[in-house]
Amino acid sequence: MNLIGENITYKPDDQFHLNDVSFNFKKGNLYTILGRTLSGKTTFLKTIAGLLNPDSGNLSFEDNDFIKIPVWERNVAMVYQQFINYPHLNVYENIIFPLKQRKISEDQIKKDVEEALKTVGLVGFENRKIQELSGGQQQRVALARSLAKKAKILLLDEPLVNLDYKLREQLREEFKRIFTQGLSEDTILIYSTTDPQEVMELNGEVIVLDEGKVLQKGPAKEIFENPRTLKVAEISNDPPMNILKGTKNSEKLSFENILINSPSHFKNLSDQGYNFGIRASEIKLDDQGEEFEIELAEISGSETLLHLKKGESKVIALIEEVMNFKIHEKVKIKFNENKLYAFDQNEELVSSPYGVSHG
Amino acid sequence: MEKLYKFLKYTFIILWTVFIVAPFLWAISTSFKDFQSVNSKVTYIPWLDFEPTLEGWRVLVKSPARGGVDIVEPYFNSLFVTCTASLISIVLGTLAAYALSRFTFKAGFVRNNDITFFFISQRIMPPIVLSIPFFIFLSTIGLLDSLIGLVVVYIVLLMPIAVWIMVDFFNRVPKELDETALIDGCNPYQAFYKVVLPNSIPGLIVAGMFCIIFGWIDFFFAFILTFTEVQLLPVKVVALNSSITPWWSLSASALISVAPLIIVAFVVERYLSKGNLSGALK
Repeated sequence: MNLIGENITYKPDDQFHLNDVSFNFKKGNLYTILGRTLSGKTTFLKTIAGLLNPDSGNLSFEDNDFIKIPVWERNVAMVYQQFINYPHLNVYENIIFPLKQRKISEDQIKKDVEEALKTVGLVGFENRKIQELSGGQQQRVALARSLAKKAKILLLDEPLVNLDYKLREQLREEFKRIFTQGLSEDTILIYSTTDPQEVMELNGEVIVLDEGKVLQKGPAKEIFENPRTLKVAEISNDPPMNILKGTKNSEKLSFENILINSPSHFKNLSDQGYNFGIRASEIKLDDQGEEFEIELAEISGSETLLHLKKGESKVIALIEEVMNFKIHEKVKIKFNENKLYAFDQNEELVSSPYGVSHG
Repeated sequence: MEKLYKFLKYTFIILWTVFIVAPFLWAISTSFKDFQSVNSKVTYIPWLDFEPTLEGWRVLVKSPARGGVDIVEPYFNSLFVTCTASLISIVLGTLAAYALSRFTFKAGFVRNNDITFFFISQRIMPPIVLSIPFFIFLSTIGLLDSLIGLVVVYIVLLMPIAVWIMVDFFNRVPKELDETALIDGCNPYQAFYKVVLPNSIPGLIVAGMFCIIFGWIDFFFAFILTFTEVQLLPVKVVALNSSITPWWSLSASALISVAPLIIVAFVVERYLSKGNLSGALK
């Protein structure tokens, strides 16, 4: 009864858009696809929707071969990152469009539309033209259209990426509410995004996609705590996890002429070269720390992002207050060694502060 | 400075308007004059300068036997040929343009852009190049000097315009709109006429306008491919020799020939000024 994909490959040109992707999606669950731009997220969703046919592999839903069913008979819903609505119809007509297409009775349509409008908070906007709405409202209409359909598979392709910062925060909160309340038990929700924070907040099952390949699958917490490879660690953190090439030497870790104590969770690691990973938020300003040069200082909201450099190594530090820095100024920082990750030369995780699960 | 700018602006606008409107005013007033008021002295204002008469207009509808020029039949011929050819061109051109915009064709070295170019290339060469082939073609299938034959030829001339305009228009309609329609339960044909077409009305209007204008004003093919049976308006109007046909009738015939284009222009202008052309799709 699940949505099952087996070894799906799609390679229209010389480049893989999907490379041997397999999955098993259960009803009533939320799945997030995390990946950078051009990692194949949209292709993934379009394949499920039926807009693209994979070159090889199987896709089945409720024990039917999905690939043989054309898009318009699949009963899926999709929200695009561009706000796609029917510009020639008003809000109400937009939402009933798919329902009319499926020849549902008038009464039922009315009920469904009212419910959907309530869920997305657009009651009273029924007769507005699409062009009169703001971006956020347009995206709500698109979402309402998808919800009213009561499709068994709901696909959201980076629905928040084209909104401004504030609206994104707000809509993300609402999405969480809608996804927990507004969805029926037999809906599969698939949500793609580039933003790790969104993935963590939605807290579903995560699939990390890169160059069309699945790098890691698992609950959001698991991805956050134990990114299986260096690449996953980069993709699943914003700013990306800092990677420092260094070596372990019994009780000390060294990189760029910096010597720090080896944390307790590293004690089983053999002495050799590693890629040490540390999140930007685990680097603090400290007068006792190591000297780095500022390359760039960005203030975002109430935080300051410091791009720092020492020798060949570049790190990004997240300071939780607004501070003014000059470029090329020297600052002293301290690494929180208890939150260090270690990846081996093959870029695979060998030790994490949350207890390694693969080694 | 502001005032000077405003003054110059409006002066220019007024001069330009006079420049555009004056010939029409001249033609309108002349068409209501009689022999006396045209040839004796300069006259402008009806009822004061001269006594208006409908004689010039009456000549247009009288048969030649009764001293008229009978412009009615060519007029309806022209209307029929232009409208039929435009309609067919728009329908076929829109379908072709949608296919060219949405699907990828590969035939040997030929790609979508090449096919689009083939359409447009019909309009690149001077019409005279096509005249002999058209003549031989129509005479072979026995449609020379007939309305149907003219419709066929005009479709060849007008469809490239429709394809060209509509390809460009469809390319600006996001592909995601079609995809959303498919996801929402439309098959490809429904997606086209329920979603894409209603959002392409401005493009259709522009394409239709160009087809009607180019069809209506064509003299060359109407002249070459007809003899005695069928006559189109441009040919008829040109044939009204001013030494035989009086000025007032010439003016009337000129006015009535541009009338449809003026109507088209007003309708389109009204539609476009509603902002429907630009606002529909972002």
